Amino acid sequence: MENLESLLEQGLNAVEASTDLKQLEQVRVDYLGKKGHLTALLKTLGQLSAEERPAAGQRINQAKEQVQSAIAEKKERLEAEAMEARLASESIDVTLPGRGRDAGGLHPVTRTLRRIEAIFGGAGYEVAEGPEIEDDHHNFEALNIPEHHPARAMHDTFYFNPGTVLRTHTSPVQIRTMENGEPPFRMICPGRVYRCDSDLTHTPMFHQVEGLLVDRHASFADLKSTIEAFLRAFFEEDLAVRFRPSYFPFTEPSAEVDIEWGREADGSTKWLEVMGCGVVHPRVFENCGVDPEQWSGFAFGLGVERLAMLRYGVTDLRQFFENDLRFLRQFR
Amino acid sequence: MKFSEQWLREWVNPRMSSNELVEAITMAGLEVDEVEPVAGAFEGVVVGEVTAVEPHPEADKLSLCRVWDGRETLDVVCGAPNVRVGLRAPLARPGASLPGGMAIRRTEVRGQTSNGMLCAESELELSDASEGLMELASGAEPGADLRQWLQLDDQSLDVDLTPNRSDCLSIRGVARDLGALTEEPFEDLVPDPVPAVHSEIPSVRVDAAAACPRYVGRIIRNVNVGVETPVWMQERLRRSGIRSIDPVVDVTNYVMLELGQPMHAFDRAHVQGGIVVRMASEGEKLTLLDGQELTLGADNLVIADHSKPVALAGIMGGEGSGVSENTRDIVLESAFFDPVGLAGKARAHGLHTDSSHRFERGVDWRLQRAATERATALLLSIVGGEPGEVIEVVSEQHLPAQQTVHLREERVNAVLGMTIDRTTTEEILARLGLRVVHLYRDGWEVEVPSFRFDIALEVDLIEEIGRIYGYNRMPVTEPEGRLRLRAEPESRRPLDRVRDHLVALGYQEAITYSFISPEQQRQVTPDAEGIELANPISADMAVMRSSLWPGLLETLAYNQKRQQHRVRLFETGLRFERREQSIEQEGMLSALLSGPVASENWVNGNREVDFYDAKGDLESLGAMLGQSFRFARERHPALHPGQSARVYSDGQPVGWIGTLHPGIQKSLDLNGKVCLYELSLEAVLNGHVPHFKAFSKFPEVRRDLAMLVDEETEWAAVENVAREAAGELLTGLRVFDVYQGEHVKEGCRSLALSLFWQHPERTLGDAEVQELLDGVTNALSTRLGAQLRS
Repeated sequence: MENLESLLEQGLNAVEASTDLKQLEQVRVDYLGKKGHLTALLKTLGQLSAEERPAAGQRINQAKEQVQSAIAEKKERLEAEAMEARLASESIDVTLPGRGRDAGGLHPVTRTLRRIEAIFGGAGYEVAEGPEIEDDHHNFEALNIPEHHPARAMHDTFYFNPGTVLRTHTSPVQIRTMENGEPPFRMICPGRVYRCDSDLTHTPMFHQVEGLLVDRHASFADLKSTIEAFLRAFFEEDLAVRFRPSYFPFTEPSAEVDIEWGREADGSTKWLEVMGCGVVHPRVFENCGVDPEQWSGFAFGLGVERLAMLRYGVTDLRQFFENDLRFLRQFR
Repeated sequence: MKFSEQWLREWVNPRMSSNELVEAITMAGLEVDEVEPVAGAFEGVVVGEVTAVEPHPEADKLSLCRVWDGRETLDVVCGAPNVRVGLRAPLARPGASLPGGMAIRRTEVRGQTSNGMLCAESELELSDASEGLMELASGAEPGADLRQWLQLDDQSLDVDLTPNRSDCLSIRGVARDLGALTEEPFEDLVPDPVPAVHSEIPSVRVDAAAACPRYVGRIIRNVNVGVETPVWMQERLRRSGIRSIDPVVDVTNYVMLELGQPMHAFDRAHVQGGIVVRMASEGEKLTLLDGQELTLGADNLVIADHSKPVALAGIMGGEGSGVSENTRDIVLESAFFDPVGLAGKARAHGLHTDSSHRFERGVDWRLQRAATERATALLLSIVGGEPGEVIEVVSEQHLPAQQTVHLREERVNAVLGMTIDRTTTEEILARLGLRVVHLYRDGWEVEVPSFRFDIALEVDLIEEIGRIYGYNRMPVTEPEGRLRLRAEPESRRPLDRVRDHLVALGYQEAITYSFISPEQQRQVTPDAEGIELANPISADMAVMRSSLWPGLLETLAYNQKRQQHRVRLFETGLRFERREQSIEQEGMLSALLSGPVASENWVNGNREVDFYDAKGDLESLGAMLGQSFRFARERHPALHPGQSARVYSDGQPVGWIGTLHPGIQKSLDLNGKVCLYELSLEAVLNGHVPHFKAFSKFPEVRRDLAMLVDEETEWAAVENVAREAAGELLTGLRVFDVYQGEHVKEGCRSLALSLFWQHPERTLGDAEVQELLDGVTNALSTRLGAQLRS
């Protein structure tokens, strides 16, 4: 028993001297294993007297526990060091670009349309779509634009034959919806429209959103609030909006809408025309089987590219259809 | 409608600045497009009288002139060909400044002193014409300041009138609106009748009374067309954008501008027999004033004499029958032509004149006689002559009916969304010349004046009230509506989800024109019956696309030329095709891939995209939408015959996928391989509502199999046989390796499959799995001649 102290000291030193988990395990086997030094010491207890035995046993067990806890502590330390080393060896250059694929993007017209649809959608306007090759009835007649009406000259129309045209506006979709449904209506009609005109500020195809609300008491004053609220929501600015009397065969009263857009050279407000609108003409209602004495409504129309140009600072309309990737990628 | 502000203010002169006036009429719906000073900014220019002209001793084309400026006589060197003794012309004396800031000072021209400069119109920015000096009237006072003499402190307003407002195609009409807006008094011009000094009247026969309900004519004998149109009239015409021609034509144009009545003057000597207003006979010829020869149709209204047409009624006069320097007697014409009868006729001949513009939109149908009197008075004061009696041929039944409109107060308020008191409404109506002929308890009966062609309905009056009241003074109220929930079919996928998915896969959305060139159409969809535009904007935009691929291919070419080589594009939109008698307009989704799989980077290789990249994207889209597409080898004229497939959904063909045909790739000058797909949107967007199925709690077993098959045997065949043989417990089947080459028999390829089985109620045993696997192996070997690869 006299060498217990020195065995313990040797054991603890061996634990301390271990440099990896393998050595440490060997120390555990050497001292605490079935044939370990301390285990062997326990086996000598039988040689002691009954009085001495408990105290001696206790001392040996204490020594074993000391070695055991030293091993556990050392093990934890070695594991932590191993983890440290591994982590250090696995360090990478996190500033190198990732392996992912390139993101695409939506066309600015789609982006703008979504925005417009979201603004009106929030107030319960549904999106309606329709054909682009239209008949004369839906594109003109039903909208109170009879043949030879001077207003037809306002729409440089593409046609296929005298009765078939490329729609010049998305209003025909409103006609189709009213013909096939029952009021009230609240809808917007986005889509491609076509005019036989091509220069710096006109492309033969562009996008429109036309809106329509039909209810019992819709009025010009209601139209004004709707247009003002829309433009302020779209531009996220408390813009001045003005309504200028104009003429569209399908609405009366009709107005063109100007927004405040900077200053003229002389310091006065610069106004930009952005939309057309009006109270639905009773003949249009009659043409669609809606009783104008019972129902009233208002309609509006806007050019999507024009709004997108103002919103995003695009200066050349034609860029929308050149699809230059360097242009398109800017609208993500 | 372009006119001089001064002229307008002579009719109605509100106390407001020019800018305020422009703003006021713009905000009443008469949109002022352009405001232009009638002369350039110059100062110190006076009327000069040339008193002597001698040739310049050193220069052939220059003259030495003596010019009287009212105080002294100055030596001025002049190069204009029309300089002559007695001429009065603008004189810029030393100290004057011309437009553009040019300062005039005493100078020497080739050794001769010049104390100033005689000016042409262009030098004063009065017109673009620069043929010599501006010739001032002989009554011009030498020394008078030119700006004051010509009243040049004025501007031309160009109003872009909407087609309904024909009443504002005259000073009189604009003045009436301005008066209504500003509450300034508007006094109409009622010309006094000019008494006849002889009893000769033109013979007038109207055969087409429906098209010409009123024709007013008058003979004026012994006119002197050699005189000059007075400066004030020339100036007003010029400021209205009309060139001075001769005094007779100038007067008819002047009356048109002033009152809105287009007029015409014939040389009586060239009207044989008398005037006949009739429809042309089919194929009849008429040469117009501008020299253009027309072949007329039976729907063309003409003014004819007893042998031939002399004018295209309401549009343009004929050559040879108009006033010339030899004219002695004239026949004045002032007619009302029916707008509907005239609609589109000028345009059909490629014509558009000040006259046709007005008649098509509607001319005051009571104005013809007054306009004749006004023109007569003006003519007498300029060209002299002896007026005869006025002849008026009128067909009352064909004139527009005198209409009245019932206006209800309640409707005014309902449409405008505000309460306008009765007095305000009545005042507005009165100021616009809309006479109330009867008062009702609920409103008014209003007479439509003969100059308003845009008023027939109650709402037309409501608009007028709103317009004059001022749109921007009206209240703003929020609309009230019903909170109705709408149907939301779950099986219908929103298009935006498709777009977003493609964007996430790296595609950029494009929007290309719906019309393409016939060549593109033939190249990509030669079998489609294209739909051609009757009036395309250009030859390369002449036919409606039958596929969205041509637009994407063009976009690719455009971008490749701009050093963009990794291109992934998609577009959604309609394709157009004629099928039997109907026109099909089908929504499509199209996509294009070209260039490296990824942008150049440090990790991956830079492989070019191929068919399987495109197919992978398409399958990913299908998976997102809950659709499983089937692909079958079929040929498409735009695609590589060995790398193209038709896409099926639920047994129906819904699209195509493939590699662009190398021939097309070459002819479009495209670099690298191009992969394309196109799907019908209807097929893509129509999905289903998910229905849950319980899954097994027991483990899934996987077995792999490598089979040698003939290289012609498609994977789809292998898959079908394997699935069938694998039984109901099969939960998955994948191909994880395809190999051809070393260690594989020539003409064969090796396919490695993994099969997954799972039992709903228990764990599968090794033996039974082996049995299932053997079943698959045997089926592949007996049905496809496949061999198990050792």
